[in-house]
Amino acid sequence: MAKYKIVHYLNQFFGGIGGEDKAGVQPEVREEKIGPGIAILQALGEDYEIAATVICGDNYFGENLDAATDTIIEMVKKYEPDVFVAGPAFNAGRYGVACGTICKAVEERLGIPVLTGMYEENPGADMFKKDVITVRTGNSAATLRKSLPYIVNLIKKMAAKEEILGPSTEGYLERGIRVNYFAEKRGAARGMDMLIKKMKGEPFETDLPMPKFDRVSPAEAITDMKHAKIAVVTSGGVVPQGNPDHIESSNATKYGVYSIEGMDSMLPEKFTTIHGGYDRQFVMKNPNLVVPLDVLREMEKDGEFGELVNYFCTTTGTGTATSSAAGFGDSIGQRFVDEHVDGVILVST
Amino acid sequence: MVKGIEKYGIPVVHMATVVPISKTIGANRIIPGVGIPYPLGDPTQGEEDSKKIRKKMVRRALKALQVPVTEQTVFEKD
Repeated sequence: MAKYKIVHYLNQFFGGIGGEDKAGVQPEVREEKIGPGIAILQALGEDYEIAATVICGDNYFGENLDAATDTIIEMVKKYEPDVFVAGPAFNAGRYGVACGTICKAVEERLGIPVLTGMYEENPGADMFKKDVITVRTGNSAATLRKSLPYIVNLIKKMAAKEEILGPSTEGYLERGIRVNYFAEKRGAARGMDMLIKKMKGEPFETDLPMPKFDRVSPAEAITDMKHAKIAVVTSGGVVPQGNPDHIESSNATKYGVYSIEGMDSMLPEKFTTIHGGYDRQFVMKNPNLVVPLDVLREMEKDGEFGELVNYFCTTTGTGTATSSAAGFGDSIGQRFVDEHVDGVILVST
Repeated sequence: MVKGIEKYGIPVVHMATVVPISKTIGANRIIPGVGIPYPLGDPTQGEEDSKKIRKKMVRRALKALQVPVTEQTVFEKD
């Protein structure tokens, strides 16, 4: 049987060319196993071969991202490997970024399965762990021995096109992907098991780790409400009838800005909701339940606050990535600074 | 979104039904909503009363924006 072919990517240091002084070297190909490739191949056994090792200086790669990527892609293509492996980069930042960049490009452009390895705080890990299977390593090359079994196992699975399981089982960094699978126990039973373990003070693993959220300190209170400019924002998916900007009903990639000038109420003839995460019947009948224009206009007339900004900003909050939401907030915040808004009412469903 | 706006120094009052989520995402001024499909008002009590509830809540929101806070605060009462 023909051996599975691997092409391996290394930087100038692991490729044996030299240290920082050689970080400017351009990509080159050696038709042999080098450095960590020797250990990887040994662990893989006889059915595998490293057809070629591509070596590139970290600085050259970093400074010529596009050109270096194009060159390396051409080099890799020639060998038609079954798997492309980069690094591991451990905690070497530029190397990590190079490994991630080249892996992503090889996978996208050549359709070849790719694998790299990094220490989780390597900036390359944050940039690419969602796109590229990145085996968790320690922060130095001395830890290779520990991550090697995971690397080898994943290479074998990729070569044989076998299913790759979750990050904790296979030893790679979490990609934030949810995969459906048939569990042996139903959710209620798993939940009880976790609860019992928690009560006993034993370690347990949640089905769905919550993302970490950072904090912003509270902004100063409004001191002069009589002259304050107030704006309304919502994640409740309220949009003009027909949803002119095609805001998604789940996992929104954008927000809309819609005029409420001259209106005293959110009329159901004019507005609806496209939110895919709650029963919409009430809000479709009366959108004021989410964008409280009717009462805000009355209060504005009665002088309870200065003025209402004549538009509202809106998106769908369900299934929306926190990074997208943060981006919307940033963009809306900038708009409100320009608009001299003093306070914001943000309604979520 | 709340934090994205508030980091510009503009106070945001988050009117949300699931207060723990509001807390987790880091809202600093929180008003609990009535229900998930109708955060501001209660259509099951008829339009008139629903609107009264809404007005009270929005008034409370404006009040919350005038209260200096140093930590996450839930404004439960008028």
